[in-house]
Amino acid sequence: MSTITTAGPASAAAASAGTGPLRTIDPAAAVARTRPRTTITEIVSQTLIMAWRALKKMRRNPEQFFDVTLQPLLFTAMFAYIFGGAIAGSPHNYLPMLIPGIVAQTVLTTCMATGVQLREDMEKGVFDRFKALPMARIAPLAGPMVADLVRYLIAAGLTFLTGVLIGYRPGGGVLGVAGAIVLAIFTGWALAWIFTFIGTIAKSARSVQGISMLFLFPLTFLSNAFVPVTSLPGWLAAFVKVNPVSHLVSATRALANSGAVTSQAGWTLLAGLAVIAVFAPLSVRSYRTHM
Amino acid sequence: MTTTAAVDAVGLVKTFGRLRAVDGIDLHVQQGEILGVLGPNGAGKTTALRMLATLLPIDAGQARVFGVDVSREPHRVRQLIGITGQDASVDEDLTATENLWMFGRLQGLRSADARAAAKRLLAQFDLEEAADKPIAQFSGGMRRRLDLAASLITRPPLIFLDEPTTGLDPRTRGQMWDTIRDLVTEGCTVLLTTQYLDEADQLAGRIAVIDRGRKVAEGTPDELKASVGNSTLQVQLAEGADAELARQVVRKIAGAEPVLTPESGRMNVPLDTADRAADVLIGFRQSGVAITSVSVDKPTLDEVFFAITGHGADAEDDPEDDPDQAGAGAGHETVLEVQ
Repeated sequence: MSTITTAGPASAAAASAGTGPLRTIDPAAAVARTRPRTTITEIVSQTLIMAWRALKKMRRNPEQFFDVTLQPLLFTAMFAYIFGGAIAGSPHNYLPMLIPGIVAQTVLTTCMATGVQLREDMEKGVFDRFKALPMARIAPLAGPMVADLVRYLIAAGLTFLTGVLIGYRPGGGVLGVAGAIVLAIFTGWALAWIFTFIGTIAKSARSVQGISMLFLFPLTFLSNAFVPVTSLPGWLAAFVKVNPVSHLVSATRALANSGAVTSQAGWTLLAGLAVIAVFAPLSVRSYRTHM
Repeated sequence: MTTTAAVDAVGLVKTFGRLRAVDGIDLHVQQGEILGVLGPNGAGKTTALRMLATLLPIDAGQARVFGVDVSREPHRVRQLIGITGQDASVDEDLTATENLWMFGRLQGLRSADARAAAKRLLAQFDLEEAADKPIAQFSGGMRRRLDLAASLITRPPLIFLDEPTTGLDPRTRGQMWDTIRDLVTEGCTVLLTTQYLDEADQLAGRIAVIDRGRKVAEGTPDELKASVGNSTLQVQLAEGADAELARQVVRKIAGAEPVLTPESGRMNVPLDTADRAADVLIGFRQSGVAITSVSVDKPTLDEVFFAITGHGADAEDDPEDDPDQAGAGAGHETVLEVQ
């Protein structure tokens, strides 16, 4: 038995997939082939297939890229010229401080879109089939998130590019910038699990958006993303210092502007892992029971 | 060795708030048969089916699929079933081929095998020309066929079909019926829900009649029909004819309660034998009940449903509206239970 089970449903289905005449279905054999749970290999392959699906959808609905393309372009230019003079004396001097802040902000906004789109997707009929298939419950959640790595990459890359176009010269060089982008993508991906969780508990895509905004605004604006912490009153500075977004922004600044890997980067990684450890299981459980 | 039942469900219960959508239903499906679950909208058919298909938790009762417990080992059950719902559950943004390939891959087929299975199914379901078109351009019938194809990729031994032909035109419905019969020839077992009585009659070897979350009758189509007499006399009353008088005549002569459709003046009379029809007609003439047309037929399942539940299959009237009817429905269960 055990040697047969490793071949699993794949071999049986392979026999059925051939072009020759089909054998009569044998229920007893089908029962014998069933396996009690998904294996790690299956989870990975199912997640990648779900990522393939999400990428196909992105390519066919390019308007999904509006947020990750327009926001970096608009916000970078707008903030640089509006706040630059007031905060750093000139737009040019503001750029080393601003660009990493914008990177953090766009990555967070992208996370929110992950949750909203997942909720929209889950309302479609095809999710009924996913639920009835013998597949890992995490795959429909993790798959789109893997595909979203493309969106984070566009968002972070485009922000730096816009910055460079209006005069930003990152001191950390190509490697520093690449490190900053990778860190931002990782953090975005980790935080996206929070929004995925919201996606599985909220009643509609609209309410996901509403709830997410509630988190997003305080997190991005009550941080050091756009202003130096020293300019803030004490009570606010205290919050800003513990805000994980501040850690991300500080770490990204250090990487991009001087190519330095600081303790801030470590804290950011740790916070990201903690978020995944808490919210990934919560999301899967909520998807399994509520949906 | 006795074969394990494809479905063995005892006392299934599902409650939504105060509503007992499924209120203690037993369902048994033998391997290789088609069981039709028949009932009006909102009777609990879909809910019962979704519980069996692991899509809804079972609140009380127990269900086994080929001997595997549905609540305890849902993952194994999912490897044994295919389900096609009322709304097509395929991906609108992908093409037909991409859909089938994806569902095949998700169930462990290698890429080439998934592609071969997709090709085979698209040919079998007459969808080859639409293979590379996005589903958004599909007609309702094509969507439904693709949806069924998607349930068959790994050739599961048990297929759940939730109202497989609702909303399809008659020609497409006929094709779907042929496909469902073919499934059984291949060795599949089928549990289908329907609110079309002729569909259950056409396809199912056995029919379970569900009403308001309970099973009110079960048997072969013939057994169910026999319960309302072997023949039905259908009479079209002339305009202005006294329907109440006609009813009394039928009661006196045939000893049965006629089913009257007041709007159309049509009256159906259940008969033990077709010979009794002449007696009823003579009775009509003697009492001066004018008629415009007459036919004698085997009874339809519509009449069966009426006899069992006290209301037509289309009626969604609340039990409170008519306590007599509700009582009649419950009282019939034992009479018709044929196992």
